[in-house]
Amino acid sequence: MTAIDPTAHLTAEQIEELGRELDAIRDEVIASRGEKDAAYIRKVIGAQRKLELASRAVLLFSLFPPAWVIGTAGLSVAKIMDNMEIGHNILHGQWDWMRDPKIHSTTWEWDHVSPADQWKHSHNELHHTYTNVIGKDNDLGYGIMRVDEDQKWHPFHLGQPLWNFINACFFEYGIAAYDLELGKNLHKRRRNNPEFRARAKAVGRKIRKQVLKDYVVHPLLSGPSFLPTLAATFTANLVRNIWSHSVIMCGHFPEGVQVFERRSIKGETRGQWYLRQMMGSANISGSKAMHFMTGNLSHQIEHHLFPDLPSNRYAEVAVKVRALFEKYELEYVTGPLPKQVFSAWRKVVRLSLPNKKPKAPVIVPEREKELVAA
Amino acid sequence: MTSTALRSRAWKLLEMVTTPLLPSDYLDLVSPLRAGADLRGRIEAVHPETGDAATIVIRPGRGWRGHTAGQYVRIGIDVDGVRLWRAYSLTSPTNRPDGRVTITVKAIPDGKVSNHLVRRAKPGTLIQLDQATGDFVLPQAKPAKVLYLTAGSGITPVMGMLRDTEFDDAVMIHSAPQPQDVIFRSELHDLVAAEKLRLTEVHTDIHGMLDIARLDELVPDWTERETWACGPAGLLDAAEKHWSEHGVPERLHTERFRPSIVATGDGGEVTFSTTGRTVDADGATPLLDVGEEAGVLMPSGCRMGICFGCVTPLKAGAVRDLRTGEITEAEPGVLIQTCVSAAAGPCDIER
Ligand code: FES
Repeated sequence: MTAIDPTAHLTAEQIEELGRELDAIRDEVIASRGEKDAAYIRKVIGAQRKLELASRAVLLFSLFPPAWVIGTAGLSVAKIMDNMEIGHNILHGQWDWMRDPKIHSTTWEWDHVSPADQWKHSHNELHHTYTNVIGKDNDLGYGIMRVDEDQKWHPFHLGQPLWNFINACFFEYGIAAYDLELGKNLHKRRRNNPEFRARAKAVGRKIRKQVLKDYVVHPLLSGPSFLPTLAATFTANLVRNIWSHSVIMCGHFPEGVQVFERRSIKGETRGQWYLRQMMGSANISGSKAMHFMTGNLSHQIEHHLFPDLPSNRYAEVAVKVRALFEKYELEYVTGPLPKQVFSAWRKVVRLSLPNKKPKAPVIVPEREKELVAA
Repeated sequence: MTSTALRSRAWKLLEMVTTPLLPSDYLDLVSPLRAGADLRGRIEAVHPETGDAATIVIRPGRGWRGHTAGQYVRIGIDVDGVRLWRAYSLTSPTNRPDGRVTITVKAIPDGKVSNHLVRRAKPGTLIQLDQATGDFVLPQAKPAKVLYLTAGSGITPVMGMLRDTEFDDAVMIHSAPQPQDVIFRSELHDLVAAEKLRLTEVHTDIHGMLDIARLDELVPDWTERETWACGPAGLLDAAEKHWSEHGVPERLHTERFRPSIVATGDGGEVTFSTTGRTVDADGATPLLDVGEEAGVLMPSGCRMGICFGCVTPLKAGAVRDLRTGEITEAEPGVLIQTCVSAAAGPCDIER
């Protein structure tokens, strides 16, 4: 393991200049947001609803195998659209500027067992602010995995490929538990905290509604197709979970992504914050359809720089951001989905074992920005 | 089980089917104007009236409860992708056989919504609607003699009345810069020709502003007339003073399109604590606008201080009422109207 800071060649002034250039990119998009963008999100929402309705209707006849296949595929795609391009992005406030109370981060609810407001806190506030800071950003391994050499190894980590696989299959439940900070809150003392209890209750309510809809009401409506419909919704949820888990793993886990120490973000400037987002995220390359199905999280770097810009604009922003990476001689981590997924999984497997050799000393750059390269 | 109970059961079941969305989210896809939907309307036509005014014909949704002549309606329309709400007087008679209603809009300089409606609005556009409201209306019993004192787009609520009710003795004094700026001019002249109205046009580019003292000469019996006045603040202020001085203030009914701003404050840092946004605000911008600019979902209504659709708790700091200059300080339970309040120093709005 080497501890080379890939940003060591930048001076403090350069980092602030980089920050100003990124601000300019952001301002440009904000000034040009308008009718076309609004029409885009409305179209996507409308299409998602029609697709979901149609798929559920087809599943009423899921006794017939072709209907089962078509309905399940349609429902999987509808659920992915709901969670990724629509839910994730609306809950980021990307569409709040439209002032439409129906498409607003404070009113939106998604097809997911984690209630929107709890997810917004853990994701928008904690993860996006403390991206990749060990001990602060729980997205780093979701509190159950070791994803950096710098994290202490524990025999528990031997099982992490398995934990990760289970987490992928039941990802929405994993997220709900994670938003509740279940691990930390299940200790005796915390369990009875009224605030935690209220949040746990809200999750329970959401789970009940979602489960009732997918595994009771819709199968019942299908009558003789009860069991096939049940299997179809289960499959669609599984597909959606594995898909979003994979996309999200690609955002911060692939090789080349940097992880930061707690101390390194003390007194962080705007420029340094931007730089950390740039070095702590990774993209997925691919077609337009690919970007759409990942909810544009394939543009994870751009999303982390500007979490509240409308997702349909990340593609054009990416061109400019990438040019900045080149200008400042930084590595823009990107690759096709299979490659990135493989890279992330390899890390999960590798780090399930203790580090091979003793840890190399961390090089502390002059400007005291401590950073640990994986 | 009664049929309402049955229906609410069925609705509950439907909600289980659509959760986390509501059944209406799906119904809106096919039938946005149906009964029971949020009230909306569809623009069906846009007719130019003058160089900078147009009448918008709207088919309201099934939930529309109708209006009384002289009332206004709030509409929400997306301009450059942003939903903006404004209030406009209804200019259609109350019993139009085709069920449509009209508003007549004059484009004001820099007016985002008015310019959009007059110059760019397209038939087929869906807009948000509120029920008609406002008490600038005729009394139950038709008054024997009426006077209308209007200027500019102040003619619009009055046109709604004239189209709705025939008067035995109606006089109108209307001000506009030039003859071609008079909205509904030919229709007004038709009324005059049919001897249903006596009209004095004041062309302010030529004659200057109407001097309220000339009223005695233009309408000698004005104190006996039930009067409806609508126009810019200057005209209304002068009229209110004049009617009071002559001891007949109860005969005057006025309608203001904008609040008259008397005082601005110091401004300060405004925190919207529920959404966690903080922005700097000056002392003249209503907190409603400040919040909307910052991306906070602010409730609103008339945007001029009369409907209380925008009241919100003030959690800390102080705000100034733009109409009176009065300062309100935060205390538990204090509510403010964000559309007519500006920051009077740092403050915290619960939104
Ligand atoms: S919006 Fe009507 S009182 Fe404020």
